[in-house]
Amino acid sequence: MPLTREQLAKRISQEVEDGFVVNLGIGIPTLVANYISPEKNVMLQSENGLLGIGPFPLENEVDADLINAGKQTVTEASGASYFSSADSFAMIRGGHVDLTVLGAMEVDEKGDIANWMVPGKMVKGMGGAMDLVAGAKRVIVAMQHTDKEGNSKLRKACTLPLTGKACVNRIVSDLGVIDVTPQGFVLLEYAPDMTPEKIMKLTEGRMTISPHCKMMTF
Amino acid sequence: MKSKVVKNATEALVGLQDGMTLVVGGFGLCGIPENCITALKELKVKGLTCVSNNAGVDDFGLGILLHSRQIKKMISSYVGENATFEKQFMSGELEVELCPQGTLAERIRAGGAGIPGFYTPTGVGTKVAEGKEVKVFDGREYILEKGIKGDFALVKAWKGDKFGNLIFRKTARNFNPMVATAGKITVAEVEELVEVGQLPPDQIHTPGIFVQKIFQGQGYEKRIEQKTVRKGS
Repeated sequence: MPLTREQLAKRISQEVEDGFVVNLGIGIPTLVANYISPEKNVMLQSENGLLGIGPFPLENEVDADLINAGKQTVTEASGASYFSSADSFAMIRGGHVDLTVLGAMEVDEKGDIANWMVPGKMVKGMGGAMDLVAGAKRVIVAMQHTDKEGNSKLRKACTLPLTGKACVNRIVSDLGVIDVTPQGFVLLEYAPDMTPEKIMKLTEGRMTISPHCKMMTF
Repeated sequence: MKSKVVKNATEALVGLQDGMTLVVGGFGLCGIPENCITALKELKVKGLTCVSNNAGVDDFGLGILLHSRQIKKMISSYVGENATFEKQFMSGELEVELCPQGTLAERIRAGGAGIPGFYTPTGVGTKVAEGKEVKVFDGREYILEKGIKGDFALVKAWKGDKFGNLIFRKTARNFNPMVATAGKITVAEVEELVEVGQLPPDQIHTPGIFVQKIFQGQGYEKRIEQKTVRKGS
């Protein structure tokens, strides 16, 4: 069985290290925050100008002036700070953010990512995604391994317009954990009930199996 | 000294004409100049180019001016929550320049700071880079992006004084400080307008030099796009 959204988020939470500043994208990446161990001292960055995102507010704490990049109402964590969008992207583009987690429609074996535009469909815009993939120290993609028809989204070369070139470090898909290396995709972990061979078959790009490849644990 | 204080948005926007470029603060519906947007609708100016991270929603924010077909072109990073926008964009009625959010923030900052262009790694190798100069620094590629200036800049602050010093509140700051620097005429609307000397100089986010007109706004709706709460224990 492929991982559920929650399992995916839980697995990605293991990628967050003590002391990290992390920017989480919209969708599954946002769920990652729910699983980060409270032992880890982590600051979540929101590109609209908040470092230190707290939990969602109680009904009586809701403040229209305090939202995250997904426009949801949030609270401030202890030690939080507010700043302008220019300062926010100085943090992001300037390489001060340790990790960003975003979704993708396609990633290829060179680490190119496409997640903002499908030709012929309404284009909503890239928001901060192009800056995040260009500037964060580490880029992890949370994605479905295949589309609804079973076609691989881990491609030899992206077919959709790119968000960034050669920038993805690791993919956590609903089937496994895959690093992007100069030799292409390397499978590190597979989801329970999957096998490395099955994942290879569902991957279009060049993939090798790490000698240390193991079953994913949560 | 000639006073910067005006009565309301209508008075602040005197001189704003068809075809002008407006740089507008806010992120989503947070920290947007609500009073100025309402006044623009009443002014019926047309053919506007609006530089703003988002385009509002159907019936609020810049969505109001899209609905009344006063905007000719938007320069934004994300325009997803707006059906009017989608219709006008798909039909070719509305021109759109999509710009990465960090690049947009920096273009406005640069415009206001007298910097005509800058190199950024954002968007290298993507559609955004098409037609732009590429330069290599220390082995990495960067693209040339241009600064943005507007005929008018419209910002919303929490507190302001009569010299135009501004203090923003929480994430309602967002694009507002850069936008304030980027207008030939910058209009600030504030929730609370105080006398000069009443704001602590160390707490000011935007020094009054950038602001030409200021007024105390009224009737702020501060609409929330995605109200999300947790249950109390």
